[in-house]
Amino acid sequence: MATASIAPKRQKITLSRREALWGYILISPWIIGFIVFTAGPMVASAYFSLTEYDVINAPKFVGLGNWAWMFTQDPLFWHSLRVTLTYAVVALPFGLVLGLALALLLNANVPGLTVWRTLYYMPSVVSGVAVSVLWSYIFNPRFGIINWILSWFGIHGPGWLSSVDWALPALIIMGLWGVGGGMIIYLAGLQSIPTPLYEAATIDGANKWHQFWRITLPLITPVIFYNLVIGIIGSFQYFTQAFIMTDGGPANATLFYNLYLYKNTFRYSRLGFGSAMAWFLLFIVLVMTMLVFRSSAAWVYYEGELRRE
Amino acid sequence: MATTTMTFKSIKLQKVVGRTIALVLLSAGSILVLMPLIWMLSTSLKTKSTSTEFPPKWIPLDAKKVEVNGRDYFIYSIPVNGETRELALLYKAGPTGTFVNPDNPDERYELAVQSGQRVYTVKFHWENYPQAMTTVPFGKYVVNSLTYVGVTTLGMVLSCTVVAYGFARFRAKGLGILFLLLLSTIMLPPQVTLIPQFVLFKEFGWYDTLLPLLIPAFFANAWDVFLLRQYFMTVPLELDDAARIDGCGTFGILWHVILPQAIPALATVSIFHTLWAWNDFYYPLIYLQSKDKFTVSLGLQQFNSIYSRNLPGLMAASTVAMLPTVIIFFLAQQLFIQGVVISGIKG
Repeated sequence: MATASIAPKRQKITLSRREALWGYILISPWIIGFIVFTAGPMVASAYFSLTEYDVINAPKFVGLGNWAWMFTQDPLFWHSLRVTLTYAVVALPFGLVLGLALALLLNANVPGLTVWRTLYYMPSVVSGVAVSVLWSYIFNPRFGIINWILSWFGIHGPGWLSSVDWALPALIIMGLWGVGGGMIIYLAGLQSIPTPLYEAATIDGANKWHQFWRITLPLITPVIFYNLVIGIIGSFQYFTQAFIMTDGGPANATLFYNLYLYKNTFRYSRLGFGSAMAWFLLFIVLVMTMLVFRSSAAWVYYEGELRRE
Repeated sequence: MATTTMTFKSIKLQKVVGRTIALVLLSAGSILVLMPLIWMLSTSLKTKSTSTEFPPKWIPLDAKKVEVNGRDYFIYSIPVNGETRELALLYKAGPTGTFVNPDNPDERYELAVQSGQRVYTVKFHWENYPQAMTTVPFGKYVVNSLTYVGVTTLGMVLSCTVVAYGFARFRAKGLGILFLLLLSTIMLPPQVTLIPQFVLFKEFGWYDTLLPLLIPAFFANAWDVFLLRQYFMTVPLELDDAARIDGCGTFGILWHVILPQAIPALATVSIFHTLWAWNDFYYPLIYLQSKDKFTVSLGLQQFNSIYSRNLPGLMAASTVAMLPTVIIFFLAQQLFIQGVVISGIKG
């Protein structure tokens, strides 16, 4: 108000216009970034997907050639999609159950909550190349600790990363090491469930098992849902571990979608084909997320609905 | 009455039992979680030959050796005439070996090698660390990684703060739609924009420099803008008005009113970004080619593919690469947990 009355009358800029102007100025870094680094490149990559392009020579328009090749001819496109989905379908439920189980244990009033939380969350912090390097030796069939642990039970462990059958399971096992990230989110969800609900259930004679299925699980479905969406998108971003530990092998057993996209683009210089794969990736992520969102009405329970009842 | 106390007791007992089971399971799990890290530390302090022994030993042990007549021989603990002694094994001939008293080289015995055991001593090979750091220009990698982390964190915080402030506090035509557009880019897989970005930066002559990694950070990113904006919205508008009456301008309000309130949010996004940039492998892999430009993660990958025989050195380098993230995590644990929860639940 003060500024408005002080402002000279001949200045036509009203307060609301001034506010709007400031708004645009403040968000301009993002707008510029959006145009230069997002919108422009998206249009360009859509165009590249219709061309043959190797960076050195100008893009050559080939129509839907890359797309047709991708869907019908390419020997590894569907395979890489299958590898990625297999990983998601196996690793996500395992991670969900394990993360939730850990969160339930931590929520049982155990002493030293912060210490446990720290321990279990640590692997999520140290992700990256170092972890992949470390695990590629943990899976070493000759001196790695996984096969050592298995030998306690009289099991002769497989060749893991050098085995066509066991390379993908190895990456799934390694993924479970980072289950603490999900655990933290579940734990927060559990802690936000009002205790009177449990007290009432106890008075009504419900045992722990019933309480879990009737109260705990329904009330944390939004968190499960969130982790599921993040997990699906994450498996299509899976890259570093496969790049470092197996480079997609053996015999393409761990050729994740994102790794195959990288190889096509930067190793075989097929930027047009890579662009088509990138756009198809966007399409998959959209469809997957939509499917999960659609299905969510059937199983995700929001607190708001509870209040409405 | 009697029955009620009974149930109370049994409920109490049930709780104690439950808690004990939980503790046992948690301990077992935490051993599994820590095992890889402990193995890494222990391997980084071994010699090349002991690092690949099976079964692995948790404490780095060296076989004890002794010099006899100018050459090194392994020491064995072996029974001689009913008394266990430490003797050096000079040479083997079939199942028997010639052992010698290291203090008196003329005192020799012909004994069954099988009846003795090698003697080990605890030895931490700390020299693996400086060795690993110098086989590749690790110092340079660290400097490059710190540049990447420092510059992009600064750029991200500056640009995202300003943009989030714009979205949180200003009304203008189209701002709502722009915000939705911003949100929709959170879902966008980076691969869709990656290839043209690569071509663009190559055109700029930025290939094989840190610039493609640094510059985009100054143009805000959807995720951090969203988090900061949500946080800024919780600062009461009355505070803005009060500051305006006191003569604060647009940036004055941001600086004096909003930022002091938003320090936890700023710390959270900074720490998550720091960690992300330190661990990032994808973008350095795509844009950097010469070794002196490498970041730690790229350098470590190179180390891994060239010196795979040098397991202790590799584990030493991995430990060093992980160390900053672990330290930051322990220093800022509370922020981490909060950050995961805020971005996880409310996001």
